[in-house]
Amino acid sequence: MPFFTQLAHHFLPEVILAAGVLALILIGAWRGERANALVSESAVGVMGLALLAIVLSSHSDASVFDGAYVDDAFSRFVKVVTLVASMVTILLSTDFMRRAHLDKFEYPILILLATLGMLLLISADNLIALYLGLELMSLALYVVAAFARDDVRASEAGLKYFVLGALSSGMMLYGASLLYGFAGTISFTGIAAVVSGSAPIGVVFGLVFVLAGLAFKMSAAPFHMWTPDVYEGAPTPVSAFFASSAKVAAVAIMVRVTLTAFPAMTSQWRQIVVFLAIVSTLLGAFAAIGQTNIKRLMAYSSIGHMGFVLIGLAAASEEGVRGIAIYLVMYSAMTLGAFAAILTMRVDGKPVENISDLAGLSRSRSATAFFLAMLMFSLAGIPPLGGFFAKYYVLLPAVQAGLYPLAVIGVLASAVGAFYYLRIVKVMYFDEPAPVFDPSSRTVGGILALSTIFLLFFWVYPAPLMDAASAAAKSLF
Amino acid sequence: MFGFGILSGLTFLPLVGAAFILTQRGDNESSLRNIRWAALLTTVAVFVLSMVGWQRFDPSSAAFQLVEEKSWFGSGLVYKLGVDGFSMPFVLLTTFLMPFSILASWESVTKRVAEYMVAFLVLEALMIGVFCALDLVLFYLFFEGGLIPMFLIIGIWGGKRRVYASFKFFLYTLVGSLLMLIAILAMYNQAGTTDISVLLTTHFPPRMQTWLWLAFFASFAVKLPMWPFHTWLPDAHVEAPTAGSVILAAILLKMGGYGFIRFSLPMFPDASVQFTPLVYALSVIAIVYTSLVALVQDDIKKLIAYSSVAHMGFVTMGLFTMNPQGVQGAMFLMISHGFVSGALFLCVGVIYDRMHTREIAAYGGLVNRMPIYAFAFMVFTMANVGLPGTSGFVGEFLTLVGAFNANSWVALFATTGVILSAAYALYLYRRVVFGALEKASLASITDLSAREVAIFAPLIALTIFYGVRPEPVLDASAASVVNLLQSHSALLDAVKLAAASH
Repeated sequence: MPFFTQLAHHFLPEVILAAGVLALILIGAWRGERANALVSESAVGVMGLALLAIVLSSHSDASVFDGAYVDDAFSRFVKVVTLVASMVTILLSTDFMRRAHLDKFEYPILILLATLGMLLLISADNLIALYLGLELMSLALYVVAAFARDDVRASEAGLKYFVLGALSSGMMLYGASLLYGFAGTISFTGIAAVVSGSAPIGVVFGLVFVLAGLAFKMSAAPFHMWTPDVYEGAPTPVSAFFASSAKVAAVAIMVRVTLTAFPAMTSQWRQIVVFLAIVSTLLGAFAAIGQTNIKRLMAYSSIGHMGFVLIGLAAASEEGVRGIAIYLVMYSAMTLGAFAAILTMRVDGKPVENISDLAGLSRSRSATAFFLAMLMFSLAGIPPLGGFFAKYYVLLPAVQAGLYPLAVIGVLASAVGAFYYLRIVKVMYFDEPAPVFDPSSRTVGGILALSTIFLLFFWVYPAPLMDAASAAAKSLF
Repeated sequence: MFGFGILSGLTFLPLVGAAFILTQRGDNESSLRNIRWAALLTTVAVFVLSMVGWQRFDPSSAAFQLVEEKSWFGSGLVYKLGVDGFSMPFVLLTTFLMPFSILASWESVTKRVAEYMVAFLVLEALMIGVFCALDLVLFYLFFEGGLIPMFLIIGIWGGKRRVYASFKFFLYTLVGSLLMLIAILAMYNQAGTTDISVLLTTHFPPRMQTWLWLAFFASFAVKLPMWPFHTWLPDAHVEAPTAGSVILAAILLKMGGYGFIRFSLPMFPDASVQFTPLVYALSVIAIVYTSLVALVQDDIKKLIAYSSVAHMGFVTMGLFTMNPQGVQGAMFLMISHGFVSGALFLCVGVIYDRMHTREIAAYGGLVNRMPIYAFAFMVFTMANVGLPGTSGFVGEFLTLVGAFNANSWVALFATTGVILSAAYALYLYRRVVFGALEKASLASITDLSAREVAIFAPLIALTIFYGVRPEPVLDASAASVVNLLQSHSALLDAVKLAAASH
């Protein structure tokens, strides 16, 4: 049975996740509230299995379902990042959700479903597969955004995300239909073959709409409007999920669409990507300055970081994709670490979210303060932390492609960004103490420590990640 | 050891000490003592190791020595360390001054001692790394990484306006070095390597050199600092704790000068010639203007900070004369200024620890109660003025000789700086030390303790020794200077020939 062999070799992670979701729904429906902890732990286990399936796979490239999905080094790399980020999200959630009385068995299942959508999205090799993956991911995300359904802000976040997300899906579908109409095929490689000569104007329009839809999902400015509100309103672990896994998957499909479907139209889409990159880095830098809520600040910070990812994409080269791959790893580690730190912000049992609540943290919780400070320096891109290498490896291809103005704007924006990251360090280290935080759970503290240690000591042994990123980049060219 | 050489040892030994200090928990007296002694012993051990390195160093050769290389991030970032006549003196200066700054913080730092010592040791590791790095990106890693500990040192243990000063320090330096990062990427793109020894022989197209020079200038002019990019320095100095000021003045500023001599001059020779008038103008303005500003300061630290800017003006002027006297004088002046300004900040620290004010008006007549202190302060004031017989004289004199050879107008204006420096330094000395001891608050002030004498004695000895016998420092860099100027003039001749043959 070649079909099933192929499935087992190249589609196993998705199969594991899908089977896991079905099994866990059954368990949840059968046992009700009592199953919460079990479902949550099993969800982590299922993702761990999927992770194993990727790591232990034959590492050969192939496409399945008649070219709908592709299994290559790039998709494996990004899938590993996504799966790890999703696992960390569930681990971060347990304690928070229990204290907020949101510990329902549906939550880990929805995260699992969203992750399945992300894996499909990352592997998508034609427009239908892209849309399927994107919608599976988005629908699950809409629900988890509004998971605290009695909370006004969370409901607002969910609704806002849904309405704007539906709009962007519509734009993307419109673009996809234009592409199909003018190119006559839905497969990425097929489109690439058709437009290799001169591109019909309809294809250009389709490209613009598809890119706009994807830019919405990765919250690149000017399609970022939902981000701060959703980050602020959604339960904190959900914001962490939005900021890490969801963005990683969106970036991956953006890279794949532009580079495999439109390699001949680089000069056309590069203008769009450069524009998105400039607006995102500048907006991320300047709009964050006035924020007092740390979750909103992280939202603007993530917009700025997406701008940097797009700087790497604008280079449209193998080095650029390598830079993006490294950036995604560092960005996920920084984001999850920072959200873990935000989860420790809890006074008298209630979560607090203002930057001023961190005042004097270095004296009351010196370890947490140190880790968060290092994360902030890393987000600002100060060497020798991981965030610097991420920026270095996306700026390098931009310079190689001769995009000097873009690179200069990027670094100047990151200098502005450094200001607000430093402000958090300042509040923790230089200010007088605010009320002491409650003790945090071991898992959250452990994740904070692990992510910081990874970023702090990445330079000691960078070879494995660098090699994996290089291999991932090679598979797209 | 483990395939790593002596320079890796120098760079990472401070981190070992820092790791040990992190294991010390608790605020009781015995653990504080452990922390202080661990920091001191680490810095002394690093100094001893650097002396071993100095023994193995051959000053008669202009080549990079003690080189070690390991593949790391692949092409574009290799781990390569090495020293030559330009970097070795700075490595020694760093390792030599660190024990003193630890000693200077012995009693004055009482809060968060462990973090303080860790920050200093990490800073030492990064500073040594800056001078040893033979890979451009590795250099950048160390260069910018040093911002983190210094930011925390100023911000946590600094004075009243420490937050403002630390932000200004960080952001100013960051903007400059980020532009340099783009230039580094462009150089890598052009030359295909970031190995400094290869880049030194690469000839970049003149148009590109102009941009690269400007980007590097943005970083080094802020770091050095040159007028008009100097405004962060007085703030940072005033707010930093004593040891922070010492390291800032003695070593961090020198990274700018080192950057000019290591990168700008040899790698972009055409652009350096093209921009020489600009550098001259900024240097002369720095010398005259900041000396005048120093004259009217009320705050002792601020006055010394402005005097540092003026002295760095001599350094940039000397470097861009591109003759042996000028460049050697600039090298010597940087080393000598390292001792002297560091010692001056230590002098301020002594009276600040006792009176907790840096206002000049709060002092007067200290000589009556503190004769030993008055003597030490006198020696360093004279060295700062450039009195013959002190190390300050040699550097200033050589840079001025070089400037006279290159451009006598520049030299003429710069020489007024010597007079002005005498004016502000002696005026400061008179107001603080001489006169009658009238202020009631000073009536019970005590003279230097044994620890403080132990700090100042070696610095005084070196200041006078190098003033009388400057050869050890001059010889260390002589071969490298000759090599730099030879390749510089060869390149320029080649350009002229090419222009003539057209």
